[in-house]
Parts: sequence; C-alpha cells; structure tokens
Amino acid sequence: MATLRVNPTRMELTRIKRRLVTAKRGHKLLKDKRDELVRRFIGLIRENAVLRKKVEADLQVALRRFAMARAVMDGTTLESALMYPARSAKVSMSIRNILSVRVPEISLEAESLKDAIQPYGYAETSAELDDAIETMAALLPELFRLAELEKTCSLLANEIEKTRRRVNALEYVMIPQFEETIRVITMKLDENERSSIIRLMKVKEIIAARD
Amino acid sequence: MAKKPLSIGVIGDSDAVLAFRTLGMRVISVQSAQQAANAVFKLVSDGIPVIFITEDIARQIPETMSQYDSDPLVSLIPIPGSRETTGLGMERLHANVEKAVGANILLNNMEE
Repeated sequence: MATLRVNPTRMELTRIKRRLVTAKRGHKLLKDKRDELVRRFIGLIRENAVLRKKVEADLQVALRRFAMARAVMDGTTLESALMYPARSAKVSMSIRNILSVRVPEISLEAESLKDAIQPYGYAETSAELDDAIETMAALLPELFRLAELEKTCSLLANEIEKTRRRVNALEYVMIPQFEETIRVITMKLDENERSSIIRLMKVKEIIAARD
Repeated sequence: MAKKPLSIGVIGDSDAVLAFRTLGMRVISVQSAQQAANAVFKLVSDGIPVIFITEDIARQIPETMSQYDSDPLVSLIPIPGSRETTGLGMERLHANVEKAVGANILLNNMEE
C-alpha cells in the first residue's frame, strides 16, 4: 500500500492520526447506513416485484377488454363517447426522507377514486366498454403505489451503490493508507531519535578520550 | 412541498392510450422514438410527476428513461401496452436489485 507523501514530522503524525480517527468513524457510520438501506430496500423491492406482476397481469386484462369494446363498437362512436373524460385522475406529491434519500410519496386525490361515472349515455355504447372502464378504474390505486415503489427502489438502489463505494474506498484505500503512513512516520522519527542518541554518545566518548 | 393536485401522464400507442384517457389522465399518443422523447420532455416540463410509458415505446428511448433517474419528482414507469408484456418493467426491477445487493438471488426464488 502506497503511503501518503508527507514529511515525517511530529506535526504530520498528529494530523494523520486525527484523520485516521475521522475516517474510521465515517467508515462505521457509512457502513451502518449501507446496511440499513439494504434492509429497507429488500423489503420494498419484494413488494415492488409482487405488485408489478399483479399490475401487469391486471392491466393486460383491462386493455384486452378495451380492445373488445373497440371491436364491437365503431370507431367514431367510441371516440366521441370518450372524447371528454368525466373524471380526472389527480395525485398529490410529497417528499419522504429515507435515511436522507429523498423519495416521492404519491397519493391519489379522493375525487379520482369515486365510482366510475361513464362520460357517455348508455344508448350508443356497448356494455363491454363500461366493463373495461370499470376495470381500469379499479386498477388506478395500484398503479400509483407501483409508481411510488418503483421510483423509491431505483433511488435507493442508486444510493446504496454510492454508499457502498464510499465504504469500500474508506475501508480498502483511505484507512490502510493512513495506517501505513503513521507506521512509516513513527519509524522515521524513532530512527532519528536513535541516531541522535548515538551521536551524543559518540561525542561524549570523543570528549572523554581527549581529556 | 406544494400540495396542489397534479395530473398524470401516459405515453404510448394510440390503442393503449385511449383506455387511460377515460381515467382522466393526460395522454399523448406517439409513434416514433423522437415523438416519445419530446412527449416525455413536454409532460415533465408541465410538472407532471408520474408518467406511464408503454413498454415498446419505453424501449426505444433508453436515454430519456434514465435521464430522470435521480430526480425524485419525476417517475417514468413502464407499463405493458396492448400487446403482451415484454418484461421491461421486470428487467428494470432486477437491474435495481443487482445494483443494490450485488446479486439477484432475491427474486429468483420468488418466481417459482
């Protein structure tokens, strides 16, 4: 492991010792953060997987019904029936904080959940269309839960990756580097001390011999 | 955070999009990748937080899909279109697991 290029002085030694302490504390904190993020992530991603599978299946059913409805009605009638939607799907958004990762919280506005009101009279449209719209409407809350979960999971995954990289950088690069540097400086200082003692002893010897 | 109600966007082929319009979402039907990218940009700049994109369209615009990855206020969610699902949504999910945990052990035993 390469050492830092610093002067082997007592001042540098204290400085690096202090940095080592900080690095170790940061490493511990980040490691805890990573573990907690992963723990939460696993719970969320499980839910996400289940929900996505369900939504995908349901959505297919709903869209198939819609296709059926289109098949039994002529295009223009359908277009005009659906020209203006009777409801409006609105959501409100807020930001939640999971271990300082900002994740969205999406909630459907109450009015979008009201029972399906068909935006058309029953005379010209088929029953299949009513069905199809109802299925779609029932799917709405799940769609948003899915959106929220999926976004949360992808944000968490990014944060976990970043945190892990930091933990590893500290653990395998920074901390060993500091430790090695401390060792080198200590050795250098000890060596200097020994050589000055020897020098003093020599000088004393010479003086003693001269007398 | 402002609590004002926001619309939802849907981008896809005209078949799939029609179904979502009945739910009062803002829909844009597109044919080409270029149109789709423009549509995403337009919806995002209108402040729409959730945009559902049908899978076949989403596949054509990977750059746009990943552009908003780190923005908590914009979620681009792939959904199966009128045809069978191509598994893009699941792919993204698995990619996330792999990124976070390092291995995809978790989901395999769930799929049995």
